[in-house]
Amino acid sequence: MYRYDEYDQAIVDARVAEFRDQVERRLKNEISEEAFKPLRLMNGLYLQLHAYMLRVAIPYGTVDSRQMRMLAHIARRYDRGYGHFTTRQNIQYNWMKLEEMPDLLADLASVEMHAFQTSGNCIRNISSDQFAAAAADEIADPRPYAELLRQWSTLHPEFSFLPRKFKIAVTGSTIDRAAIKLHDIGLELVQNDAGEIGLKVLVGGGMGRTPMLAHVIREFLPVADYLSYMEAILRVYNRHGRRDNIYKARIKILVNDLGAAEFARQVEEEWALVKPLGLDPPPSELARIAAHFAPPVLDANAPVSIDLSNPDFANWVTVNTHPHKAPGYAIVTISLKAPGEIPGDASADQMDIIADLAQRYAGDEIRVTHAQNLVLPHVRRADLFDVWQVLVSAGLATANLDRASDIISCPGLDYCTLANARSIPIAQKLAVKLAPQEADLGELKIKVSGCINGCGHHHAGHIGILGVDRKGEENYQLLLGGSGAEDATLAKILGPGFDENGIVTAVEKVITRYKTLRADPAERFLDTYRRVGAEPFKEAVYG
Amino acid sequence: MPRLLTGNRLETGDVLWWAGSDWSLHLKDAVAVDDEGEALIARLAPQERINDLVLIDVDATENGWRPRSTRERVRAVGPSVRPDFALPSLPVEAI
Amino acid sequence: MAEVYRLRADPEHTAPAVPLAEYQPGGTAVRLEAGDDARLLIPHLGALRRIDIAFPKFREGRGYSSARILREAGFMGEIRAFGVLYVDQLMFLVRAGFDAVLPETPIDPVVAEQTLKRFPFVYMKATDKAQPIWALRNRAGA
Repeated sequence: MYRYDEYDQAIVDARVAEFRDQVERRLKNEISEEAFKPLRLMNGLYLQLHAYMLRVAIPYGTVDSRQMRMLAHIARRYDRGYGHFTTRQNIQYNWMKLEEMPDLLADLASVEMHAFQTSGNCIRNISSDQFAAAAADEIADPRPYAELLRQWSTLHPEFSFLPRKFKIAVTGSTIDRAAIKLHDIGLELVQNDAGEIGLKVLVGGGMGRTPMLAHVIREFLPVADYLSYMEAILRVYNRHGRRDNIYKARIKILVNDLGAAEFARQVEEEWALVKPLGLDPPPSELARIAAHFAPPVLDANAPVSIDLSNPDFANWVTVNTHPHKAPGYAIVTISLKAPGEIPGDASADQMDIIADLAQRYAGDEIRVTHAQNLVLPHVRRADLFDVWQVLVSAGLATANLDRASDIISCPGLDYCTLANARSIPIAQKLAVKLAPQEADLGELKIKVSGCINGCGHHHAGHIGILGVDRKGEENYQLLLGGSGAEDATLAKILGPGFDENGIVTAVEKVITRYKTLRADPAERFLDTYRRVGAEPFKEAVYG
Repeated sequence: MPRLLTGNRLETGDVLWWAGSDWSLHLKDAVAVDDEGEALIARLAPQERINDLVLIDVDATENGWRPRSTRERVRAVGPSVRPDFALPSLPVEAI
Repeated sequence: MAEVYRLRADPEHTAPAVPLAEYQPGGTAVRLEAGDDARLLIPHLGALRRIDIAFPKFREGRGYSSARILREAGFMGEIRAFGVLYVDQLMFLVRAGFDAVLPETPIDPVVAEQTLKRFPFVYMKATDKAQPIWALRNRAGA
């Protein structure tokens, strides 16, 4: 994975010093809150319901054991012993004190980490595929392209005051585990007839108040034009994106208003003007970055077959491991969704255990998934049993990947000032209710958001739940049929909302109806829904 | 209906309740501010030491103040899903 | 209103800036609102000595694009940001092409100088002379 050189380290150190100075000036009332708030947001520090919340960047969801141990240290030293992994592959800490932030950021900088641009109207964390460099279905590792973009977007002078936040995702596979169609810019590595790698560019996806799927504006962008083309897109957005209404300020609104063809034309026109300016680095820079992502040395003779006589272990292997491109290896997903626990949360102790596992068994790498789970990307199959046993003892061996109890939930009204309703308790109740039958249900992605901002990605849920405020009471809307994968669709609301108990019952009714309608036990809920439509489910829920 | 003044401490982000002459971390120490509420905010806001100053509606119950909105009850107690962090003024179940 | 914080050594061109809609060819000072198209000035860059660009509220970011477009088109005169601007934005403003700032609340020149010296390197090429880090890394032999 990427390692800072002296330039990267200098930037991060300067940022720490800058924020330390800004915090001092604020605490002495030398900066007004109005001037300070955007500065702290650009360092990922929110004021939430109970305390400040810090969102630490995990670029394209990749950390090593040393960094994971630092995340554990931060949880202990500055927080209340835990952190929350987010739907953008970052980590959030909920009990932060402003006066301690400079020291915390200095600790992060010592392990090449930071909280740049995880908030504010700027380019946010570049997310990617959690199986990068491990899955066989990949054209190339997308992460060097994400790292190139991360550097380009850091403290960009023209694009730090955009109309709204800007989210980019990169994938190297046609199997889209990064939900690129639901991002402001989605990038897919593709290969042309000459075998050269380039980027397919999609723009204008997103969820929230007006969910939309991204449009392809370039089928094949040569790598030599990568950054200048991104500059062109961002400039068109910065100049023409709406600034009169925060609910209409994302690039998806601009793309939708202009139409994808006209938007693409404006980008190409701008790009023709900026390409000659020398904004693109030479190929040696991408090569330099890519060299950091050389895969770990894998044992070509690692045995493939393993002893599956322990049924719990066998089940976990089936559900929570994915084939690795090297036959003697596997990709392990560590579930942070034990039914009844808080989705995406991990204690400091658990983080340390995962760090040790990564160092010992996984090529010293951990990935964060946008479904709030963690991945050990390169585990020998022969070591899976030992890994599993450690996970069992740490409460991290739930075998529920992509199943009914693997629920994405935003922090919701338990933590977040933007929320209208609590989301975590809904996820907990559903997970506990559905876990006993989830093996029979197969792939079922349930996603819960506590407000229209949709950080729980409810529009991309096979079953989505949106918490709203209805006359001062928490109320929950049920949506069906969404997907964030390569078959992306937006979930549609089924009917009137429910209270806390009602939504759980409604989901149960949907699932009961699915079981009667599915063509065979292997047909996913999503496919059944797409085949039969909403009516049978509407009837099941509302009578 | 009684109103209380609340905000978050600048340095720490702690939820604070106006207790008459100073701030308290605990809802049960809060005093109703009623008519003087806006004047209090006008006096305190320019000092910029307490963020998000706001007046909230509460009911007086035999067990003390009960904020009318779920959001304010969560602020007074803590996350409903972490009863181990609950502040003492209201039971978690009251959220 | 505070003073102009100016990063140019030449004497200030003090002619009042006319709004874009009223600009006549040959005019030496013009004002762009946040939403004005800076490229409309490209035929006039030879005559212009100063271009003022408005930042009516803090979140306003279009001026950064305007300034950069003007520099990309070769403008060497003064580009002045005016409006709601704080010292902590200075590095962005300078890299985007501004060389003067007229803020509503005064900028402390000591803090300003510290701000501008804060970052020894930059990641991306902009209008200033700073070499992006990728250029420093990829110098011949590096």
